[in-house]
Formats: sequence, structure tokens, C-alpha cells
Amino acid sequence: MSKGSSYWVAIVHRVSGIALALFLPLHFWALSTALELDAFLAWTRQPAVRVAEWGIVVALAAHFAGGLRVLALEFLPWHERQKALAAAAAAVTLAVGLALALAL
Amino acid sequence: MKVSVWKGGAEGSFQEFDVPRHPSQTVLDVVTYIQRTLDPTLAYRFACRVGMCGSCAMTVNGVPRWTCRTHVDKVARNDKVEIGPLRNLPLIRDLVTDMREFFDKWARANGQFKGNRTRHDDFEAVKPNSADRVQADAGIECIGCAVCYSACDVVSWNPDYLGPAALNRAWTLVKDERDGAKLERLRAVAGDAGCHSCHTHMSCTERCPKHLSPTASIAGLKREVLKSLIRGEL
Amino acid sequence: MTTRVETLLWIAQRASAAVLAVCVVVHLATIIYAVQGGLTAAEILGRTRGNHGWLAFYTLFVAAVSVHAPIGLRAIFLEWLRWRGASRDVVLALLAAALAWMGMRAALAVFM
Repeated sequence: MSKGSSYWVAIVHRVSGIALALFLPLHFWALSTALELDAFLAWTRQPAVRVAEWGIVVALAAHFAGGLRVLALEFLPWHERQKALAAAAAAVTLAVGLALALAL
Repeated sequence: MKVSVWKGGAEGSFQEFDVPRHPSQTVLDVVTYIQRTLDPTLAYRFACRVGMCGSCAMTVNGVPRWTCRTHVDKVARNDKVEIGPLRNLPLIRDLVTDMREFFDKWARANGQFKGNRTRHDDFEAVKPNSADRVQADAGIECIGCAVCYSACDVVSWNPDYLGPAALNRAWTLVKDERDGAKLERLRAVAGDAGCHSCHTHMSCTERCPKHLSPTASIAGLKREVLKSLIRGEL
Repeated sequence: MTTRVETLLWIAQRASAAVLAVCVVVHLATIIYAVQGGLTAAEILGRTRGNHGWLAFYTLFVAAVSVHAPIGLRAIFLEWLRWRGASRDVVLALLAAALAWMGMRAALAVFM
């Protein structure tokens, strides 16, 4: 069953949302161990953790851009196709931009 | 070319037929050829065969379309075509689905006009270019073919979901200034079974053979329900 | 769940999304800036300790997330897990409370 671009943006939006929902409790837990923060930060310098962090930031960027798309489609009087493409583009650029920024 | 056609009920399977290929051949031509010369037991629906009634809608190579308006050249891959019944609807037999649920949901979405004038009242003057009328006109050409319903992921995932066609029709009536049942209709289309479950996948808008956009209509309903809620009407 | 409540959930989801859009931009900008040249506890805590501005910001962030995530999961539970009814909504309410509690613990941990 061939699917359009809006379907894929929506699926990425949903899956990234699940990833973020799973990540958040860990994030909150890590921060509340603020007294041992340096030890925790040392652990985060491991490559596997770095990769996971990058993944989470990309998920956040994708979810954010996909969310903007939903808000635009539901509240703004634009032509649908423009909105779908615009948001798909925004998602890609945001994700790439943030990923690169973090790689620095 | 090799044509796979769904035969039987839900527990059926694809059966392969050898069909001569012609220039300017539609998928409906292919189905008709199979039924007339190869397998007279094949059940399928059609009526106008010229793209006006929507009766011939089927799943062609995984995509719901009007078979009378689908040229074989456009969809055949390596001289192969796969034809099945529309998705998301109970199957009666072969290529024929039970459309009752589709129309029941239309009724549940309050997809019927309810006027509040009588023959003794003057008729309502509706400006064709008023904002409301333009929005209603953008959705009224729907002929109930169920292609959008068949394409919708939320319909597959949530059997209660009213679906794009029913919601699109409700929207055209919400925008119809002659209609008197607006609040009732907004109550019918709000919530988990209604407009709020649309996740803007836009498969309906992609597939609609009349190029309507149920996504836009459903977004309109979301805004209209919000406005009504804020005004304390709902 | 009445259609009225379901509509209110949709509104809460869009409203929290708008709040999060702002919070996420601020948060990501802060992180990208802070991460330059390595990150230490001292740097983070130096920024957040005793800072009422950051506490207010993170409180708002936590509140918005505690509303947004469970409502988002609600649709997924219904559509992908076929989970209906009161049990689903009770679990989601508990999840919202858990996120709010853990989030505030984290915000206070870096504030105090």
C-alpha cells in the first residue's frame, strides 16, 4: 500500500513521541541525582550514550516539526499540500541542523 | 498480462488469470473480461463506467481507486495487476464489500440536511462567494464511493471512527447557512469517534478521485467545535 | 468519557503543544550553548542554583509535558494496542502524575 509524505511525517511524529515519552522519566531521574552529577556526566561521554543522545535530540526535532505541521493544518488557512511539504522540509532541516550542532 | 483477483470471502485468496492486454484498457475492462469469459462466478460492482458514480471502487495494487478511471498502463508493474476489494469494509464476496457501515457512520455524523423553513417562508438567499459557501462548495461533490474510507489508517485502527467521508459531509452542512441542526451535528462529530481522532495522515485527500480534501473539512470541524465550546454552546 | 471531555483533551493537547514549542526551543538553544567545550555539573548547577527564573521555566515545562505525553499516548494505546475504556485512562492519569512528580523533583534538585 503506497503512502504519501504526510503519512510518513505522521508516523515519524508518533514514533518519536513514543521515544521521548520513554526517555523523559530517565532524564528526570538523572537530573534529580544532581549531587552525583559529575559522575553521571562522565558516564554520558561513552560513545553509545552519545549516539543515544543524538538520537533523542533528532527525535525531539522531528516531533517538534511534525507537531508544528499538525498545528498548521488544524489552525491556519493554508493550502494543504504546501503545509505538508513545508513541514516535511522543516522536519528534515531541523533534525539535520540540530544533529550537526550537537556533533560539534 | 497476469491479473490476480481476490476470490471468496475474508478467508479467500488471490486467483491468477491470463488477460489480453490492449491499449486504452481500464482495470474495469479487465474485471469485466474475466467475469464474461474466464470466470462467470466473479462478483463485482459497477454502474456508469465513466467516472461519475463511484460504484467500481476497488483496491488496485494496494491502492483504492475507481477501476473505470484507472488505466492498466498506469498501474501494471511487469505486466501484473492485483485487484482486491476495498479495505476497511466487511467483505461479501470477491470484489464486493458491505457498504452499510460506511453509510451508517454518515448518518451518525448527522450527515443529513435539516432545514428550518417551510414552503410558506421566503427562500434563503445564499451568496455563492460568501466565505462559508465557498468552504461548503469545496466539499460537496462527494459521491460516497468509500475510497477515502478505505485509505484511512484511523478507520483501520479504530472501528468507531466515523471516517473522512461522513465527517466531510457533516462539515459541508455545518457551513450551510440554511441548515438548522448545527449544534446537534457538532456534538455528533466531536470526540474520539469523530474529528478529534484525525491525525492528518491525509491518505483521504491523496486518494479522493474528486480531489476533495476531507483533511481540510475535518480541520474545519475541529475549529468549529472549539468555537462552540468556548461560546458555551456545547 | 463523554465527547465533551474528549474534546477538552484535544484542546489540552494542542495548548500544551504550543507551550512546549516555546519551551523546547529555549531548552535546545540552552543545551547547544551549554554543551560547547564540554559539560560539567558545576556549569549546569551554576546556572540553575537559586535561580527562580529557571525554576519557573522548568515548572511550566514539566506541567506541559505531564499533560501532553499522556494524551499523546492515549491515541496510541487505543489505535495500536486496542486498549479501550476506563483502565487505559486511569493508567494515563497515573502516568501524568508520575511525570509531574519526577519532573518537579528534577527541577527542584537543580534549583536547591
